[in-house]
Amino acid sequence: MSLPKVRVPYLLLFPGFAFLFTFFILPIINLAQTSTQTPIAGGDTGQYEQTLAFSNYVQAFLDNKEQFGRSFLYATLATLFALAIAYPLAYAIAFKSGKFKNILLVLVVAPFFTSFLLRTIAWKQILGEEGFVVPGLRSLHIIGQQTTLTSTSFAVVAGMTYNFLPFMTLPLYASLERIDPRTIEAAGDLYANGITAFRRVTVPLSLPGVVAGTLLTFIPAAGDYVNAAILGSPNTKMIGNVIESRYFKIVDYPTAAALSFTLMAAILILVTLYIRKAGTEELV
Amino acid sequence: MTQKIKDASIPTIPFKARFSRWFGRNLLRIYMIFGFTYLFIPVAYTFAFSFNDSGKSNLIWKGFTLGNWQNPCGAPEVCNALGNSIKIGLLATTFSTILGTMIAFAIGRYHFKGRASSNLLIFLPMATPEIVLGASLLSLFLVFKINPGFWPTVIAHVMFCISFVVVTVKARIASLDPRLEQAAMDLYANELETFKRVTLPLVAPGIAGAALLAFSLSFDDFIITNFNSGTLITFPKFVYVAAARGIPAQANVIGSAMFFLALAIVIAGQLVNRKKTR
Repeated sequence: MSLPKVRVPYLLLFPGFAFLFTFFILPIINLAQTSTQTPIAGGDTGQYEQTLAFSNYVQAFLDNKEQFGRSFLYATLATLFALAIAYPLAYAIAFKSGKFKNILLVLVVAPFFTSFLLRTIAWKQILGEEGFVVPGLRSLHIIGQQTTLTSTSFAVVAGMTYNFLPFMTLPLYASLERIDPRTIEAAGDLYANGITAFRRVTVPLSLPGVVAGTLLTFIPAAGDYVNAAILGSPNTKMIGNVIESRYFKIVDYPTAAALSFTLMAAILILVTLYIRKAGTEELV
Repeated sequence: MTQKIKDASIPTIPFKARFSRWFGRNLLRIYMIFGFTYLFIPVAYTFAFSFNDSGKSNLIWKGFTLGNWQNPCGAPEVCNALGNSIKIGLLATTFSTILGTMIAFAIGRYHFKGRASSNLLIFLPMATPEIVLGASLLSLFLVFKINPGFWPTVIAHVMFCISFVVVTVKARIASLDPRLEQAAMDLYANELETFKRVTLPLVAPGIAGAALLAFSLSFDDFIITNFNSGTLITFPKFVYVAAARGIPAQANVIGSAMFFLALAIVIAGQLVNRKKTR
């Protein structure tokens, strides 16, 4: 080819990066600008001017401390539950499924081909008053006559756990599958029993998958509002619900922007600390 | 006679110990059964209720009917929403696969100045919550007085799909054996021929997988779409709005059909792959 070789990667990058710059970086910069605006005196609803009001951040945070806390708590819980469910599953598929490996892998992803909203609503109906679970548990006196499963924090966390499960399972499987079984045999030869070999060999070798999986679960979970909207109640509102309603119902763009920015910054800081701590450079 | 054998107390392991041994051996298998049941409960529910003779609100089982499957567009708006989602999905898949594959080749194949920051730029959209992506893009459109709707939604979908395409294709490129390309060069293929006849066919399954991923991400997206689509109804938006008064059974038909279609595509892909590797 006649092109000087040095230029090739840049030419390949250019269209995609131009796109990402225009529709990802610019919007984020614009969001930062919006976040310090205040309403124009005497203007219509939804009209704002730049006044560098950094107090927006303080106000937005103070008004929504609870929702912030809840978002991070729910997201952490959902991530831990997803890890607890997905790790044995991924382990079984990677090491114990023999010729069924590919079929089982497809089956893990398959439920996610049905729209996630339909599945979330299905959970709501299964666990709701009209479903068979709640009346069944009530008649067996496992739960009280007034207890419900939907509209609780439990339902929201369970919904998030379910919806983000493939994001946990797939990276875990990818890193477990890459482990050379001989390393585990070697541990056995060195008199490690099954549990020790698992703890000292398998788990450390699967760590990149754990890091990728927990990140891919935690990040969307922290910003989610759909599970809280469908499975929760006003008492389980997350920061996503606040941003959504600030945007669409109240047309309070600066507060929505300040909240979005705070959420993004908090997630980025947590992610950076986490990656440092886990010591893996290989992302995703 | 049989009675006698039973009575001749053969030293058997007590039931409890036998059970716990069996349990230990099959623990993972039992776990898998529970895991897959959990995964499939809502899918089974959605599928079952696609046969419900429900009328408007599909909440309580009222009787079996094939009517919903025979007339999937029976509920108002549902097929319009589906059509929009498919159109947006196909456009977003095409653009994001092309742009993402180019980036993947640049990052996966070349060492150049700015490679680390390129990786960062790919990672950032994945580390940003969807609600921030959606809200910020909407603010940009509003600044430029672009009304949310069909094309803004396509743009939004391309934006969040690119990173996933890059990561998928890059993984495939990284797993290639460089000796295959060297062999082609040794056989006097020039760079372009090598790329066309060796590299690209080898990376193709990765690109196909990335396209499938992009389509399913786009088709299923609700949060970013909700911000940028204005009055346009997509399938997830239809479901979300309808949820308040009960979803028509036709939505279950479409959801189930999508499930079986995607399953068929993935299995077909696996079969093709297996044939090739043989």
